[in-house]
Amino acid sequence: MAGRDEPVRGTSRHPTSARGWDGRILAGILALAAIAILVGGAFAGLVIEGIRDLSGAIAAFDAYLGRIVRFTLWQAALSTALSIVPAIFVARALSRHPEFPGRAIILRLFALPLALPAIVAALGILALLGRAGYLASPLSAVSGGTWPGIYGLSGILVAHVFFNLPLATRFFLEALDTLPADQWRLASQLGMGPAASFRLVEWPTLRAALPAIAGLVFMLCITSFTIVLTLGGGPAATTLEVAIYQALRFDFDPARAVTFTLLQIVLTALVMFTLTRLGANAAIDSSLPVAQRKFVAIGTGEAVLNAALIALALIFVAGPIVATAAAGLEADLSRLAADPAVHQATLTSIVLAVLSALLSVAIALSLAAARQALAKRRAKRAGFVETLAGTGAGFVLVVPPIVIGAGWFVLLRHSDFLFAAAPIMVATVNAVMAMPFAIRAIRPAYDTAAERNDRLCAQLGLAGWNRAALIDWPVLRRPIATGFAFAMALSLGDLGVIALFGSDSVQTLPYLLLARLGSYRTDDAAGLALLLGLLCLALMFVADRFGKEKPA
Amino acid sequence: MNDKLQHGGAPVRLDDVRFSYGEAPMRFDVAFRPAAITALMGSSGSGKSTLLNLVAGFETPASGRVLIGGEDVTALPPAARPVSMIFQENNLFAHLDVEKNVGLGRSPSLRLTVEDRAAVADALKRTGLAGKQHRLPRELSGGERQRVAIARILVRNRPVLLLDEPFGSLGPALREDMLDLLTEVQAERKMTVLFVTHQPEDARRVAADMVFLENGAVAAAGPAETFFSEAGPEAFKHYIGGQITELARKRT
Repeated sequence: MAGRDEPVRGTSRHPTSARGWDGRILAGILALAAIAILVGGAFAGLVIEGIRDLSGAIAAFDAYLGRIVRFTLWQAALSTALSIVPAIFVARALSRHPEFPGRAIILRLFALPLALPAIVAALGILALLGRAGYLASPLSAVSGGTWPGIYGLSGILVAHVFFNLPLATRFFLEALDTLPADQWRLASQLGMGPAASFRLVEWPTLRAALPAIAGLVFMLCITSFTIVLTLGGGPAATTLEVAIYQALRFDFDPARAVTFTLLQIVLTALVMFTLTRLGANAAIDSSLPVAQRKFVAIGTGEAVLNAALIALALIFVAGPIVATAAAGLEADLSRLAADPAVHQATLTSIVLAVLSALLSVAIALSLAAARQALAKRRAKRAGFVETLAGTGAGFVLVVPPIVIGAGWFVLLRHSDFLFAAAPIMVATVNAVMAMPFAIRAIRPAYDTAAERNDRLCAQLGLAGWNRAALIDWPVLRRPIATGFAFAMALSLGDLGVIALFGSDSVQTLPYLLLARLGSYRTDDAAGLALLLGLLCLALMFVADRFGKEKPA
Repeated sequence: MNDKLQHGGAPVRLDDVRFSYGEAPMRFDVAFRPAAITALMGSSGSGKSTLLNLVAGFETPASGRVLIGGEDVTALPPAARPVSMIFQENNLFAHLDVEKNVGLGRSPSLRLTVEDRAAVADALKRTGLAGKQHRLPRELSGGERQRVAIARILVRNRPVLLLDEPFGSLGPALREDMLDLLTEVQAERKMTVLFVTHQPEDARRVAADMVFLENGAVAAAGPAETFFSEAGPEAFKHYIGGQITELARKRT
């Protein structure tokens, strides 16, 4: 940073001291370039391989591919429907009962799945509904045979609903909370019953929010890798993402992988395009909706129905979480704690997550700074770099981590450092994936601070290091901590990139977990899932705390 | 800073300065008397704040020169100009206490010498903030916050002071106190003061000279005495008259 050695008090003539614009814009351009290299390198790898083995890539368009694409879309559509429809009614129930006992705790619990790594949730569902799960014997008794365990489509659906029902509920509830209190007052004054108020007051708001929420859930399900890998069984229940992984790691057929990857990109891009058309926001907010006072009279019948609905959703969400904890505690934790492989994986995971979070926050800060600097400078319309640094940054979500991983895997396949690249790939890909969330945490605070302080700093000659240390860091450290913790949690739980690049020498916790699961050491897997889940929850808790409190 | 600028005011001149925010072109050609308070008045959008921003260096003219103490400062960044400025709000950093906020006027890295600290303590005493040096801005009233800003002006000790409606959000009694403090400080330091205000009575209370702006240009300039007399410029009287009727309408 410039200005470290500036005269304490003086009329230095170099303009950067007052208009640090250029440094900020440069940082933004560097950040964009880093993203471009990461994504571009992956695409280059795919294109080169596709051209090199064009016939192989074309041959991949077979009946099997058709089945995979159909299944990918089918499971996503079913998951979306099964998440969205109940969510509408659960959200409505929660919205009509602002005084519902434990409402705040329920909403907090509904935020949990978002914080849990997919592999942990998958294990929780197996611990509950698997062949040897807690519910296996009652389910066997009910079905009158041996419970086959939840695998394939049903397992995928349960897991996706576990993640997306609470998410959609919170979004719908947020939409309902935007209804002005006067509307409720008016509705009750006019004597609208539950059906009428649903049709005339609630449904119009819900319907407006529906496409964006459904689109987001569909997108999450189409790019879901871990769930399908762990709960999907065999070729009958495989999605494109898992097929990419299998083509690279098991079939050693890069040409097929290229075809799969390109299809996956087209698919996600299409969904993303539709999503933005519908006005959805790609980044997920974890803020808690606040209950507002409503003036609705609710009959006993409806109240009982609503309570039952909420209770059901609660059980559905809490079940796998409780099962994860219970199964984890049953595992031989002391043996796991003494296992050097666990030590190594934990250390690797934490180091990579910290690096990834640092990078993510640095990119987010650079983009926020560049956007602010350019917005200040421009005359009217936003320029290219500003747009990229602003809304454009969210579009990295179009490219699933597994796609970037696959591209680089293909590119580096013949080089000596394919597996040596693992740590770099895990850290960088996850950093870029977490970046939109980090931006969401950091940019509002950055913009407010800039708005308040820019002129005063320029006037007092506060620039470079002085400004960073005295002015910006005290104001931004909380949002930075939020972004950091969030990015770290995301990176800790990732299985996509490490599944491709992992090896015996580079193992993260999720990779080790998958390996133990694959060798039928379910106990170990359950213990590791508990550890990983707790780590991520702790980080999310930190992120939430820092995100809410106002700076002193 | 140059020694000749250290004490007493420096003349401020805008030499055929042209500037535009997109559509509305502005042109300023005006000189301000050194060591005097000049009030800038005019309706919103007439260019008062823009003029101050041009002098402070927050805006760069499309053409023309800004001269302070006879020196061309057009290309200098804000911190390098012999200028202090008080804004309507956000004059303080919210997370720094009063002492540090004032100390920044001496050193942007807050490395303060014993002498600097003494100057800060003295400035706080002068502005009636003694004993409040460790308060945070949010623990101060609106008037006290602007006093901190004035204390910083004292330790910065620059020959030109720009005031952009600094007391606009204060009540009448408090505003009079602040104006008195301002007059006192100016009488001692002999700074050249450019004072943007909407209140004719404020201008009348402290200003020696008046500059009236209309549509991005100086419409009239002269001694305050003349301005507020029968011989004052018509446009200005019209503006004041409009303000008074508006005030009267608000009160009824």
